[in-house]
Amino acid sequence: MTTALTGVRATARLVARDDGRGGTALPVLESDGPLALRRTRGSGAEARVMLVGAMSGPLGGDHFTVRAEVQEGARLHVGSAAATIALPGQTKGEAHYDVRLAVSEEAELHWLPEQLISAGGSDLYVTTRVDLADTSRFVLREEQVLGRVGEEPGRLSSRLVLRIAGRTVLDQELTCGPGAPGGWDGPAVLAGHRAVGQLLLARPEFAEHPVAARQLAEHAVVVPLAGPAALVSAVSPDALRLRRVLDEALAVLSA
Amino acid sequence: MSRAALLVLADGRFPAGGHAHSGGAEAAVGAGRITDAESLEAFCRGRLHTAGLVSAALAAAAVLGVPPRELDAAADARTPSPALRLAARKLGRQLTRAARATWPSAELDALAREFPKGAHQPVVLGLAARAAGLEAVDAAYCAVYESVSGPASATVRLLSLDPFDATAVLARLAPELDRVADQAVEAARNVADEGTDALPAASAPLLEIAAELHAAWPVRLFAS
Amino acid sequence: MHLDHHHNGPAAVSADAHRKDGSHRALRIGLGGPVGSGKTATVAALCRALRDELSLAVVTNDIYTREDAEFLLREAVLPPERITAVETGACPHTAIRDDISANLEAVEDLEDEVGPLDLILVESGGDNLTATFSKGLVDAQIFVIDVAGGDDIPRKGGPGVTTADLLIVNKTDLAPYVGSDLARMAADAKAQRAELPVVLQSLRSETGVADTAAWVRSQLAAWTAA
Repeated sequence: MTTALTGVRATARLVARDDGRGGTALPVLESDGPLALRRTRGSGAEARVMLVGAMSGPLGGDHFTVRAEVQEGARLHVGSAAATIALPGQTKGEAHYDVRLAVSEEAELHWLPEQLISAGGSDLYVTTRVDLADTSRFVLREEQVLGRVGEEPGRLSSRLVLRIAGRTVLDQELTCGPGAPGGWDGPAVLAGHRAVGQLLLARPEFAEHPVAARQLAEHAVVVPLAGPAALVSAVSPDALRLRRVLDEALAVLSA
Repeated sequence: MSRAALLVLADGRFPAGGHAHSGGAEAAVGAGRITDAESLEAFCRGRLHTAGLVSAALAAAAVLGVPPRELDAAADARTPSPALRLAARKLGRQLTRAARATWPSAELDALAREFPKGAHQPVVLGLAARAAGLEAVDAAYCAVYESVSGPASATVRLLSLDPFDATAVLARLAPELDRVADQAVEAARNVADEGTDALPAASAPLLEIAAELHAAWPVRLFAS
Repeated sequence: MHLDHHHNGPAAVSADAHRKDGSHRALRIGLGGPVGSGKTATVAALCRALRDELSLAVVTNDIYTREDAEFLLREAVLPPERITAVETGACPHTAIRDDISANLEAVEDLEDEVGPLDLILVESGGDNLTATFSKGLVDAQIFVIDVAGGDDIPRKGGPGVTTADLLIVNKTDLAPYVGSDLARMAADAKAQRAELPVVLQSLRSETGVADTAAWVRSQLAAWTAA
């Protein structure tokens, strides 16, 4: 971790590999400053890791990176202990939060962090890049909450890119809050909803049997992407209702 | 080049199928999110900065010579809704037909062979502009204008909105159309060095979600 | 000049009369006319009359998408893969005249998927008296009016009544009940249309759609011979 006038730079690293005895080992589990990684009790072949925010953040000027690599045959589940809150910093600059996930052949990653809350006055760029192999299995949840209760949101820009075997299957960017391009809160984009979320699933069997597009809740659908992956998109008035929709979707799609 | 070719291509009467699509306006009207000129303007502004920007950058990149196959894949990745992917390909196929008849070109013939069921419409739009001797910025202007003129004219039909009010909405958006067209061309110019990842990917959750719900309506006026 | 690049190249850009292999494509006949005049019923009757002797398909253009197509499906006049609905965005006349691209794709897809076909009927959504088909889309067109719509329609004329290759005055069985003067309608139509044919039709009568079917057969014979 380095601290400068420009803010905190921190990179947490995580590597999971098949331990050869039917389980998953974590040869690399590197916390850094505000990004702390803790191994928790897993189940079966799966290792579990919790991302624990040792400090609140990211603040303006901070640049956080989390890198996770799941090697051939390994199974990893990553959650977080609490919501991440983007806050304004003393330096007034923008903050960056980059997540880089790589999943190899026959490996599985469940990346299910808690919400990202964009507090008033914050300015955060989140980028999540996922690289999968043809036979990887993958689940990712992403939830953005615009403002704490009763608060105007900060500026939040998030980009989510999924590549499978080198081919980009999803590239999606959403920018909200003061200073975002016009219309972000209007009838085409969020229409006043304060929570927006996605569930991204990739499985080799989706190549032959893609999910059927269908409605899951008033403002939630599941769709097959142009590749062996599915996306649940939802907007909700608040974080609680959003989570309920995404939990139900995950249960249905995992069944 | 003839700049007037831009008027031919951008004309709402250019016979490329656009009249049957509302750009999400029918779904938004049905859900009560567009009710008048003010909410139409907010809708168009949101569509302009998301789907409009992405389309304009794809079209501009096609004019600049980025291979259609790569741009079509980039468009797929930027369009999670299968209903919208289908609509974009239908419109792309119709535009391919109209453009080949209007500005015969080997590139458009090759596109029709490579994508018999249609490439994404903005990609075709770029190649049509290229065949017409137009520049990247012209194609970007066509795309950003289509992104707002389609919903505006559909809303006139759906809500019996005063057509003068709808046209005034488009006029008020004009300075933003300028900015988004420039932004799109700038991004498109970066594709040569950085690949299609340099293209914007701005999305509008409700456009995507509502497109799927609309596709399942048993009775509707517009195809999308 | 013969534009033979169509035969080796990608799909034709306009109403080319030949398939890629050089053979004659299907004859395309459009059916237009006001709402409720009996276009869909006439299409259904034509399908029943001709389906055993010809390979045929139907494209519908609905105001509310798919309604007419679904009527034809329910009536089972043709297998479902031979019926396609084009969505028209609240402007059925645009889709058959000003911007025919969606309809051209529908007819081409039908030929590709269930062809070769002898005949494709393209039914317009119910519209006004000025709605006619583009010559880029169909080879011949039928305009369907009915006696209940007012016996002054033939006199009023309009592009559909005056220029259609066949004018059908439909529901003649209702004439006594709605006070329409059939003789006058026939005379007015003759005056507007000179040598162009007019069929007075009641689908409930014994002859039913026979006169119209005979006209379609003669069109097809001329098309095949050309």
